[in-house]
Amino acid sequence: MVSVAGILAHAVSPGAVENAWLIPAFPLAGAVLLLFFGRRIGRAAGPIATLLMASAFGMGLVTFFQVIGRPAAERGFVETLYRWIPAGGFTVTADYRIDPLSLVMVLVVTGVGTAIHLYSVGYMKGDPREPRYFAFLNLFAFSMLTLVLANNFLVLYLGWELVGLCSYLLIGFWFERPAAATAAKKAFIVNRVGDVSFAIGILLIFANFGTLDFGRVFGSAATVLSAGTATAIALLLFGGAAGKSAQFPLYVWLPDAMEGPTPVSALIHAATMVTAGVYVVARTGAIFALSATALDVVAWIGVLTALLAALIAFVQDDIKRVLAYSTISQLGLMFVGVGVGLPAAGIFHLVTHAFFKALLFLGAGSVMHALAGRADMTKMGGLFRKIPWTAVTMIVGWLAIIGFPGTAGFFSKDQILEGAYRSGNNPVWILGLLVTVCTGFYMSRLVFLTFFGKSRLDPGVHPHESPPEMVFPLVALALAAALGGLFGLSAESGRIQRFLAPVVVQESGSLEALPESAPLLSVGEGRAGWGASAPHRTVLSPLALTGMATGAGLLGVLAAGLMYLGRFDWLRRRERPSLAWRAARNKFGVDDLYGFLFAGVGRLAASALAYAVDLRFVDGIVNGVGTVTARLAAAGRRVQTGFVRSYAAVLLAGGVVVLGALLLIEERLR
Amino acid sequence: MRWLTWTVWTPLAGALLLALLHRSWHTAIRWWALVVSLATFGLSVGILASFDKSEAGFQLVERHSWIRSFGASYKLGVDGISLFLVLLTTFLVPICVLASWNVSKNPKLFMGFLLALETAVLGVFLSLDLLLFMVFWDAALVPMYFLIGTWGHERRVYAAVKFFLFTLLGGVLMLAGILVLWAQVRGRIGVGTFDLEVIERVPLPLGMQRWLFLAFFAAFAIKVPLFPLHTWLPDAHTEAPTAGSVILAAVLLKMGTYGFLRYSLPLFPEAAREAAPWIAALALVGITYGAIVAAIQRDLKRLVAYSSVAHLGFVVLGIFAFTVIGMQGATLQMINHGLSTGGLFLLVGMLYERRHTRRISDFGGIASVAPVYAGLFLIVALSSLGLPGLNGFVGEFLVLVGAFVVNRTWAIVAATGVLLAAVYLLWAYQRVFHGPIVIEANRQVRDVSARERLVLAPIVAAIVLLGVWPRPLLERMEPSLARVADRVARGSSFSLSNPHSRVVVPIEQAGPDGGGGR
Repeated sequence: MVSVAGILAHAVSPGAVENAWLIPAFPLAGAVLLLFFGRRIGRAAGPIATLLMASAFGMGLVTFFQVIGRPAAERGFVETLYRWIPAGGFTVTADYRIDPLSLVMVLVVTGVGTAIHLYSVGYMKGDPREPRYFAFLNLFAFSMLTLVLANNFLVLYLGWELVGLCSYLLIGFWFERPAAATAAKKAFIVNRVGDVSFAIGILLIFANFGTLDFGRVFGSAATVLSAGTATAIALLLFGGAAGKSAQFPLYVWLPDAMEGPTPVSALIHAATMVTAGVYVVARTGAIFALSATALDVVAWIGVLTALLAALIAFVQDDIKRVLAYSTISQLGLMFVGVGVGLPAAGIFHLVTHAFFKALLFLGAGSVMHALAGRADMTKMGGLFRKIPWTAVTMIVGWLAIIGFPGTAGFFSKDQILEGAYRSGNNPVWILGLLVTVCTGFYMSRLVFLTFFGKSRLDPGVHPHESPPEMVFPLVALALAAALGGLFGLSAESGRIQRFLAPVVVQESGSLEALPESAPLLSVGEGRAGWGASAPHRTVLSPLALTGMATGAGLLGVLAAGLMYLGRFDWLRRRERPSLAWRAARNKFGVDDLYGFLFAGVGRLAASALAYAVDLRFVDGIVNGVGTVTARLAAAGRRVQTGFVRSYAAVLLAGGVVVLGALLLIEERLR
Repeated sequence: MRWLTWTVWTPLAGALLLALLHRSWHTAIRWWALVVSLATFGLSVGILASFDKSEAGFQLVERHSWIRSFGASYKLGVDGISLFLVLLTTFLVPICVLASWNVSKNPKLFMGFLLALETAVLGVFLSLDLLLFMVFWDAALVPMYFLIGTWGHERRVYAAVKFFLFTLLGGVLMLAGILVLWAQVRGRIGVGTFDLEVIERVPLPLGMQRWLFLAFFAAFAIKVPLFPLHTWLPDAHTEAPTAGSVILAAVLLKMGTYGFLRYSLPLFPEAAREAAPWIAALALVGITYGAIVAAIQRDLKRLVAYSSVAHLGFVVLGIFAFTVIGMQGATLQMINHGLSTGGLFLLVGMLYERRHTRRISDFGGIASVAPVYAGLFLIVALSSLGLPGLNGFVGEFLVLVGAFVVNRTWAIVAATGVLLAAVYLLWAYQRVFHGPIVIEANRQVRDVSARERLVLAPIVAAIVLLGVWPRPLLERMEPSLARVADRVARGSSFSLSNPHSRVVVPIEQAGPDGGGGR
């Protein structure tokens, strides 16, 4: 099978791109350095960590330009470090894969990462555990880079779990607060639920391919996998993705994760780690492309999660929690993108979202910084004049997320919705539009409640603008959020899309190369599996679709404006909350249900097992020989008083018995 | 140089020489024990250095006739299965000596028992003669019994006796099995012998295999311990002094899983194949049940003890999947469990020394007063819950792979154990280390001392090293395990039909200087 995928998988010429391993090595060095010598390094920890992150970004750029200078089909490289696990005739190597997809991720992680490191220098100033914070942040960067640079499923899983660990460490950074400690644990455990699914998926891949190497798996996926197996693997992997990227039913950990420091929320829980699931689906596109069922599941879970989270975001008062639910919602949209066959659009939205959501989180952090840690939007208002830099940059982020024409979010969201329409999946497309209305509403609500209207500040709070090291990243990210769309103006010919095409759209090629009889994918009319870049439905023109998507966003803005900028007294309306409001406020009961199942039923069952079954029953049988044991215990007490000799005598007696038995047997056998 | 004999007997010789020191010379006693255990470790490194990693069979074999009339010999040998268990033992004993530095109740006897125990355990791993194996097996019981019964906590006598009775029961059944096996071999080849390498080549009918498998299984399953024979373990672990818990978890339990690999599978392959689904089921129950019961424990040490039941379930599953990968994972996991659970017991012991309690609810907020301790605890806990990058992951992953290709359901059930491990460890971690300090006494908890750093550093280093660089172990294990897997796959029946099998088996009664190294 000659396809771009095949060429990419096998035409890896080591040496052409050199020293890409340095990209993750920089932050790893920082983490080790700060973990061991943090106390001695002290205040210099932040600048050191930031510098190393910037070096990784620089190295990422160098590698990017090395790669971009080559023909499109020769942009894949593998850098082998060493043989990690050789066992039973197969070997897992520790190696890094440099190709367009991993490079886009590398640049996002290191670029946004550098900005957030810099911001943290200001934000964490004065925290007694500052060196440790930067050690964890650097460790996270290393783990995330390992995740996106992995060239086989086990190294991917390594990065996958390590980012989870860093998330745990950083959510629980202020572990003295019980809420933070609980949120950290919840994040790790809920993610592990997804990880079990992910791990079983990896086992299934190994059982079918005999290897975990990306090149070999993707190169032969179409020939090796039956439709059922492909669906199983894809859904199992998606189970892991749903955990990491906070999709239904595993999204519950992300809002709680806001207990961590705000820059952490920006880096890990908005821009990078939570997008790993989207990345994995795009990366394993060769497998997803073989299962229309799996792609449908991805798109549906994505759009339903997006809607659910957006509705909950309506009624949140904590500025960070609005953004957290917004992140869940936007991640859902990315999954819609990959699910309807436009992985490049999904990844492009991942990139633009990294810009504007990191910006919004950092902005929220700046707001909280100004208000001495307060995050309740009902006690803000009119802050525009007080913290203008924060306000203006956040407004740019707001325009980007609602899809205001010209901003980065405008292009990426439009491409996903257009793709949903063209795929012929009308319900997903319409729900996607609805999500856009919701996004317009809750984001505008956030901006209006924070920066406009009358001031509702607590008496004695005197807002102040953040220091330059915090404002600078805001400005940088605002520029990216405003102009980032230029990288991917359209789904067919945008720069990022064309750059990614050889990696993520490969499968349309391999699909065509398949024999007719292959029972792989039922390509219904107007429905293609993956990488269908050609338009399938053209009733509505692109302009009309763009208009609808933009209009949906602005509709939401308008509604929010009427409610929060006009005369309507929304605070008094709360005294008589509607049923819908209360339901959304209770997160539709999902968290309570999990709490009941896990902490209630689960704990009860475990107690029953531990105390009724183990102590009473299993051990009871043992002690049922009870009196004997008790008497021997009494005997033991005598033995134990130090008569080693008496024990030696017993042992000797035992030996005699053994020899006697031997002699007896020998006698009988004679 | 006879590395094996030197390694096995040095600790006992050191223990006997302890008798020369007066019981009040505490410092001299401690240092002597440390020197002896370090010397033993050095000798075991000699074994590693002379080990040929491409060889599947036994190496450095030493043989002397012992009780000539029964065909019992003093025969030692090492292969890829026992090599790292030996190293684990010799690696941990100096750490245990160092961790027991402050034992004030008759340290002379304590160190003596610890060193004697080391000899017995090393003998178990290195014996190639069933009678010799049996002697070491039972000999290991004695010092452990006294370590628990004398230096243990409140319910030490109950725990010690329970441990003793359980293990003794298994040992008696195995002894009976060994004697019957001896008679069987004698009936078939005309000469009675306890030599493992000879017995291995004597095919047994399935009916006899079943009985003998059961007899050996009783001893090993109790030792592992497999559900439902595990109830001695939480008591013994909890009541034992720190060093006792460490050796018990890290090394003594492995005598059971080692026994499966060394005796049950090669000697009774057909019976093992028949029993495999049942044993795998017990292992899976152990994995999930152990983890769930661990989650709800109120005593930190009991929690770690139940986690052992779950972890050893993984080892047994890997062994009884009969795939080389699974067995490699299992053997690696024996080492990993020794490091992580041994490490956890050391850490819990340190906390107990400070607060004289092990109840989880008595702690809280420890991370704010003892950050280094908290960090080390976290690393070891993460190793235990199988975080990639640390040692536990490699073993668990290989076990899962090995099991998955045989039976998908097994692997899927076992994989949930990975989730449960995160639940009980992180929940306990939160309750001990996170949150505000509400109990005043916790504010006085010191961070790790220099000696304690010395105790923990080698373990944490090994945990990280084996996570990123497991190759040296996996490579050396593979040939020997492939031999066992091959033996199970082909069974002994091939030779049953071979009329020459009776004469093929060579029986040489070597002289006193027979055998020897390579």
